[in-house]
Amino acid sequence: MTLDTSRLRDLALSDTGFVFDPYSGHTFTVNPSGLTILRALKQGASMEEAVQQVQDEFEPEGGEDIARDVSDYVAMLRTLGLVR
Amino acid sequence: MDPVACTVAITGMNATDNPAPGVAVARALRDEPSFRGKVIGLGYNALDPGFYASGLLDGGAILPYPSAGRDALRKHLLEVREAFGIDVFLPTLDSELRGAIALSEELESIGIRTFLPTLESLERSSKPRLHELNRAPGVSVPDSEPITSADAIPRAIRKYGLPIVVKGPYYGGEVAHGEADALAAFHRFLAMWGGPVVVQRFVAGEEYNIAAIGDGHGGMVGAVAMRKMALTDKGKGWSGITVDNPALIELTAAVVKALQWRGPLEVEVLRESSSGELFVAEINPRFPAWIYLSAGAGQNLPWAALRLALGLEVPRPLPAYRPGTMFVRISLDQICDLRTYEQLSARGLLAHEEEHA
Repeated sequence: MTLDTSRLRDLALSDTGFVFDPYSGHTFTVNPSGLTILRALKQGASMEEAVQQVQDEFEPEGGEDIARDVSDYVAMLRTLGLVR
Repeated sequence: MDPVACTVAITGMNATDNPAPGVAVARALRDEPSFRGKVIGLGYNALDPGFYASGLLDGGAILPYPSAGRDALRKHLLEVREAFGIDVFLPTLDSELRGAIALSEELESIGIRTFLPTLESLERSSKPRLHELNRAPGVSVPDSEPITSADAIPRAIRKYGLPIVVKGPYYGGEVAHGEADALAAFHRFLAMWGGPVVVQRFVAGEEYNIAAIGDGHGGMVGAVAMRKMALTDKGKGWSGITVDNPALIELTAAVVKALQWRGPLEVEVLRESSSGELFVAEINPRFPAWIYLSAGAGQNLPWAALRLALGLEVPRPLPAYRPGTMFVRISLDQICDLRTYEQLSARGLLAHEEEHA
């Protein structure tokens, strides 16, 4: 699936997980894995690459469905109008 | 920028939970390093909080209410000029503008500058006539119409659906979810302000506010856009944040052009959730009370307005402002010298002794 992530490029992401969208004026707080996904997508990564980055960074114990978690997260970003 | 040493009189010192813009305008001028002038606060009540703000004013005066008429305003402005020697008059309240516009040429002839819209522009920005802006390129206004009779409410509901927005001609607006609510709002606004009352299609979405200055020739000198983050129970912004959305600035520029606006204004914009379309919900013909945010974010609009009133150049475009700059209001108790209240109560004039750097 092709994602239009151009809106994400303007997001200000802080290491604390605080996110500011200068276009809408909205602020968000995300957890560390959410921050990793946002950073990956902001840099132009595909969903598959974002999944890989979460796996690399958080070393899951097994049993997690990271691909599904990332997919859900992207669906939420879509609802917020941040990806299309 | 070259220093400016003039005396500017600013109205709207009533900084309550529904604040007038005067204190914010004065603070913005004080923030500008090249402003070396004096600020005289004008208000309608000796207890207007701005009169008591430490370090804000060099003097103050009580004005007659706008309902007292143009002659009363002229008389008092001349007294203020006699006392303080004012060079620029910056009215900040809607209710003052007609009188100020009518007097502007006369004031100019005696050396008091203003930077105001024409009466025609002011009329066209009013709530009852706002829908006419739909004809202007690049401007959309929610479908609306002025009404003078309650009989028009059921027809308006059939036309625009529910909920429907009912607005007073000068101030106030309510979202009515049923005919009974709409009728009650109609009668309330009619009793409070007279007619016409405006009924408007409800636009579900987010509100953005843009403060701007028009040059009077169709050009926009500067603009700062923000989203309110918290509201008071009167719906007034208690905190806000600057945003970087070029479409908001372009829409404001289109409004300024259509109205050939001269002076400060605030454009209230709704971004419809379903379509993403931007609608001009309201135009306020003066700076908003949150205008100090423009100075804080790097584009000091009151300072630009003062320079334009003086006939001085301003950079075009003005410096870009910083998105993500926030304001949060605070209520606090000012400890005041009784002599301030005494001067304003007994003489209607306040002369501060301290000098500002």
